[in-house]
Amino acid sequence: MMAMMQALLALRWLAVWRRNARVWGKLAGPAMLGNIGEPLLYLLALGFGLGALVGEIEGMDYIAFLASGFVCASVMNTASFESVYSAYTRMAVQETWTAMLYTPLSVADILIGEVAWAASKALLSAFFVLIVAAFLGAVDGWLALWVLPVALLTGVAFSAMALVITAVSRSYDFFLYYFTLLLTPMLLFSGVFFPLDDMPAMVSQIAAILPLWHAIELVRPLMTGQVPTLIPLHLLVLSLYALLPLWLAGRLVSRRLHR
Amino acid sequence: MKPIVQARGLRKCYGALTVVDNIDFAVQPGECFGLLGPNGAGKTTTLKMLLGMVSPDGGELEVMGHPIPEAARHMRERLGVVAQQDNLDPDFTVVENLRTYANYFGIQGSEFEQRLGGLLEFATLAHKADARIDALSGGMKRRLALARALVNDPQLVILDEPTTGLDPQARQLIWQRLRTLLQQGRSLILTTHYMDEAQRLCDRLAIMDNGRILDVGSPNELIRRHIEPHVVEVHGPGLARFQPVAHVLRTEQVGETLFCYTDNERALVESLCEHPELSYLSRAADLEDVFLKLTGRELRE
Repeated sequence: MMAMMQALLALRWLAVWRRNARVWGKLAGPAMLGNIGEPLLYLLALGFGLGALVGEIEGMDYIAFLASGFVCASVMNTASFESVYSAYTRMAVQETWTAMLYTPLSVADILIGEVAWAASKALLSAFFVLIVAAFLGAVDGWLALWVLPVALLTGVAFSAMALVITAVSRSYDFFLYYFTLLLTPMLLFSGVFFPLDDMPAMVSQIAAILPLWHAIELVRPLMTGQVPTLIPLHLLVLSLYALLPLWLAGRLVSRRLHR
Repeated sequence: MKPIVQARGLRKCYGALTVVDNIDFAVQPGECFGLLGPNGAGKTTTLKMLLGMVSPDGGELEVMGHPIPEAARHMRERLGVVAQQDNLDPDFTVVENLRTYANYFGIQGSEFEQRLGGLLEFATLAHKADARIDALSGGMKRRLALARALVNDPQLVILDEPTTGLDPQARQLIWQRLRTLLQQGRSLILTTHYMDEAQRLCDRLAIMDNGRILDVGSPNELIRRHIEPHVVEVHGPGLARFQPVAHVLRTEQVGETLFCYTDNERALVESLCEHPELSYLSRAADLEDVFLKLTGRELRE
């Protein structure tokens, strides 16, 4: 953990972030089209289509409910895909990380750079969902700008978790376990699409130990003009989901590459 | 002068398997030092320990005055590495590869731009500056990997099989460039499976097998120490009836070929004229003879 803190302050990881940003920059056009197009389509189709059937949820239009959940889901997906598939390609296929280790960069520098990059992409996706949601009238007030720092922290958490999976993976197929067994259930049962109140109590209890639910608990009030409750608790949980996996990923990647 | 690499009693085990077994060697500044050995001899692990990528289980290691692995980060600021797999960045052009790699060393902006021209010229890649990696030939990729290893103006360059898989022209160009690096006063450490490459480039080399160094010396020293000056390889029908004459100091039968080691190849070649059914090849002893004598002829797979 000390090594991670030192690496964070030394800022060598910025070179790793820049490398990934440079690659992304080459395909920024299609990437941004996806960032805008996807939330627009989902919010239009589900928000208005399903919203017409559902009416209001928790005192808000369904589209407002969905948009706030969708911000968090988008952060989760963006950070996870980047730190699973793309990071695995850099680690195991292109050996980009190995080449980095021939320079003054360490495993801690590389992982912090990777997390910072995935979280940046996640932040960008959250930003675009927010814009689209505002355009569709699903955002209430400037308090919603606080969603961005929450999205960044959530992105860090999901990136760090994904890097643990990447570190132990032997092939791309392995990631299906992670997506099918953890991320997809989390997406469906954390309150993105519907409130958990009518589900068995166990569902809420399980959701409450997972990071996505905490992100939504912060983002949903912020986007509807309210101050969230239990802010320190939610931030603490998200921070733990950022720090512990990052530390573990550091151990696992070192073991994998330093042999 | 203080050696640029000093290894004493270096050891590395993976479980019960001792991969590097108590080796000692030193590399002097400005020299080209070769590590030769069959697959699994411990060369790559030794290199990884030099880089600080793998921690030794025993012994002492100093590279450019830095204790390794403790001060590996500082050491790498003055180190260049050309890996066996080029691991270039396929998403980038030639120049972008160099720029990104320079950034890893904290080199950027005008400092990098000043070096760029020289690096492209050194790698003979100025005409490919904006080409993508997948548009480069194998030789170009290796030259780019070499240029990339020089972005930080290293004192020591480590090369793992620098010409494996290249055609003869591409190899020649790499050799020329490596000689240029030596003339500039840099030190090189390389591994190779090509004995001609080692003989041409290395001032000194170590032959490794089973994690140990079997011998160290200049190519000529090693040949003198282990092999008679001349070798005549004889094969063909009727080899069984062929009785080598005097002056043959040692023979070795490998498959269908008889290796005759001699200090008087002329007498032997004359006696072979009486056996027109036999073919022969008369040549000076070389590093390959030393290598095969020290490490044996059986396949390592």
